Amino acid sequence: MKQTFTIGIGGAAGQGVATPGDIFAKIFSRRGLHLNAYNAYQSIIRGGHTFLTIRTGPERVSNMGDRVDLLIPLNQDAMNRHLGLLTDGAACIYNADTITPGVPAKGALLCPLPVSKLADISRNKVAQNTLAVGAGLSMMGIGFQSLEEVLTEQFKKKGDAVVSENVGIARAGYDYATAHFEPFPWPLPMTNNRYAVLSGNIAMAMGGAAAGVKFYCAYPMSPSTGVLHWMAAHARKAGIMVRQVEDEIGVVNMAIGAAHAGVRSMCATSGGGFALMTEGLGLSAMMETPVVVIDCQRAGPSTGVPTKTEQGDLWQILGAAFGDYPRVIAAPLDIGDCFKIIPEIFNIADRFQCPGIVLCDLLLSEGRLSVDPKDLDFAPVVDRGELITSVPSTSGSSGDGVYKRYKITESGISPRAVPGVPGYAHTAASDEHDEDGVLISDEFTNPTKRRNMMEKRMRKVTGIEAAVPPPVLSGSRDADITLIGWGSTKGVIEEACEILTEQGIPANHLQIRWLVPLHGDAILNILKDTRHTIIVENNYSGQFARYLRSETSYVPNGYIRKYDGEPFMPHHIVEAVKEQLGGKSRLSVPAHEILV
Amino acid sequence: MATVLVDTKHVAMADLKGKVDPDWCPGCGDFGVLAAVQKALVDLQIPNHNVVTISGIGCSSNFPGYINTYGMHTLHGRALAIATGVKLANHELTVLVTGGDGDGFGIGGNHFVHSMRRNVDLLYIVMDNQIYGLTTGQTSPTSRMGMKTKSMPFGNIEAPVNPISLALAAGATFIARGFSGEQKQLTDLIKQGIQHKGFSFLDVFSPCVTYNHDNTYQWFRPRLKKLEDDPAHDPTDWMAAMRKSLLWGDEIPIGKFFERTDVPPLHGAEPVLNAGPLLHADTRIPPDVAHSFVEELM
Repeated sequence: MKQTFTIGIGGAAGQGVATPGDIFAKIFSRRGLHLNAYNAYQSIIRGGHTFLTIRTGPERVSNMGDRVDLLIPLNQDAMNRHLGLLTDGAACIYNADTITPGVPAKGALLCPLPVSKLADISRNKVAQNTLAVGAGLSMMGIGFQSLEEVLTEQFKKKGDAVVSENVGIARAGYDYATAHFEPFPWPLPMTNNRYAVLSGNIAMAMGGAAAGVKFYCAYPMSPSTGVLHWMAAHARKAGIMVRQVEDEIGVVNMAIGAAHAGVRSMCATSGGGFALMTEGLGLSAMMETPVVVIDCQRAGPSTGVPTKTEQGDLWQILGAAFGDYPRVIAAPLDIGDCFKIIPEIFNIADRFQCPGIVLCDLLLSEGRLSVDPKDLDFAPVVDRGELITSVPSTSGSSGDGVYKRYKITESGISPRAVPGVPGYAHTAASDEHDEDGVLISDEFTNPTKRRNMMEKRMRKVTGIEAAVPPPVLSGSRDADITLIGWGSTKGVIEEACEILTEQGIPANHLQIRWLVPLHGDAILNILKDTRHTIIVENNYSGQFARYLRSETSYVPNGYIRKYDGEPFMPHHIVEAVKEQLGGKSRLSVPAHEILV
Repeated sequence: MATVLVDTKHVAMADLKGKVDPDWCPGCGDFGVLAAVQKALVDLQIPNHNVVTISGIGCSSNFPGYINTYGMHTLHGRALAIATGVKLANHELTVLVTGGDGDGFGIGGNHFVHSMRRNVDLLYIVMDNQIYGLTTGQTSPTSRMGMKTKSMPFGNIEAPVNPISLALAAGATFIARGFSGEQKQLTDLIKQGIQHKGFSFLDVFSPCVTYNHDNTYQWFRPRLKKLEDDPAHDPTDWMAAMRKSLLWGDEIPIGKFFERTDVPPLHGAEPVLNAGPLLHADTRIPPDVAHSFVEELM
């Protein structure tokens, strides 16, 4: 089993849970350690309860894991909720002045900090947080210098006095722990690597910048707003026009307008905003103007649980916009993939002049992951397809009288001229139209032309299928169990497979990244050699299982589903698999033990 | 001696004729608006490839198909949102938005208000016939109270929106009203609206001869008074424009209500566009900038 170390920090919103989290994340990533962070929080600005989990280790950390090694409760509530998570070898650092500990499990250590003796709490309201960070790092066997560096960076804008005050407090916590608390038996190692730490939202925004997005617009909606924040903050450096729009109907149409004028254009939202965008997706398909829309799923329906994760929008996405039209739908597999997938989907959307949809979720959007900077490629392949932005120098003709925007071709792709090019003037219409853009919805209605135009557009599906790779099985082909997932569950399913295999139940894994086109034949070809298949997904009704069945008639042996707003942990899947192998159930719905 | 290259191609009315003839009912007010737009583009000598005509859905929204410019015939109510995207992606284009009162003030009301406060540089022409025509005669946001339609057979009990007052309140920087039966004035207002740097709103009475038997050419003609004939009218005076906008009944003003030129258009307020239209911008992020984006995360 991979060696990892997990810190859990709990407290009320506004108590500063994020800052110690950021400090730990910086120190770990600079030591060349990987990390995965997930913040369970509520739709509240002050108060309530948030619980941040940071898991680190020398190898890639793909999910939040099953265990907390170090608990830092910032208030009594957090102590009461989470002490029970600690098992043998774990520790809890807390403010002994304000928090009464419960009874920990055997082998779990209580580490009380006499906060008012170690720091002047009248001057520094977050002294307990800083002391705890210092104490924790001492117990992990990490030298104090790395903390001093991070604190200096963090407070340098506030002046030397603030820097030295905070470094002093951290030092006091560090030294107190060195003198009084037993260190963890496994000191955190160090590697020569350096990692960037980013959220899925930042990754998708940067992926957009890398893909050459020049227009981004949005209406604020959790958990997608982080994309807007990064875009807005970096717009001028990246040369991107970023607008906040009055509603998501305006968002998608403004994005289509910019795309139609010839630039790469993107927008992001969550399920509710996406619902408002659906008519626009049909417009993108009908006018054959490519646009990329990101849906960061949260727990629905309706306003739902805005700060909780779910994979519940699949059928909304599949059914978005009326009529049949070509499109491409992708679900990123992890935060690094959030970056990579954007240039990829733009190339397909541009080549096939159709909408591209990225189906992300809160787990990735707001989670954080260490990524090798080499994997953030700002010079990816950019394929704009058959786009005419100026009079072709070779043609010598102005296009007048010959250019047909919707020319019927074998591939279904018609060269796309953007406004401003002399000789190529045409009208793009949401009504059905002929090759030259003239409406065939009114006096020129003609069933033959309608059929020809439908078939022209739908022929692009064949090209899209060839452009998108089929999924592949990971792990040994010879396995007792095959777990099937899609999108963000990749990391946790992967780890569940490792645990199962170690425990004598060989398991392998099929993760779906491209939802449309699905490559049903390739999936059936993989699944025909399996012994026991279980579809794992973060929703109530098994949306992917139903989709797979509708496309392939495939029915798995069992299902593992979770719809409580929190992501899967590896043991949820492991235990459910064992339950199903024991023949107790075909449907498992694991309970989430961390009450947040 | 330096050679000066001049685009000598003269823009003529024939160049602006669309691929098909309008299928509006004979006598429809929209014919007059189409002719006035074509005349204005000829007068201003704007080449057709630099013009994008964008509409929503409705009788008048068929407009882009009848004029030979770049065109977008989009979704009901969404033309202004789309036009904003077009203008921001390539601000060298002349953007015309055309549509009806239901499209603009009903389903598109939200975009109407916000596009005006943003001062997007485009001309928005509403062919206001106070009725839904393409859906065969229902009450529109500008239908008068008491008007009987298929959707309100016992008479409209809802007050109509006043587009001119609304535009003034929302911050449009050029606001005018025309009549499709007044070609000369209408053409002049269109030219002014195209040349104005900011959001130009032109509400045009464009009678529906099939479904609106209340607001006919005959009803309008004796009531319409040209603002330019009033020597006291000062189109830079916002309060006076608001008072004029409230006139309705025996006297209905047409002409330019208001114009201000001290507000930059949206594309002029964003430094990202200083280097020129986004369409021509390099899609690659410079390596040093990309490097700084990643360094922030380390």
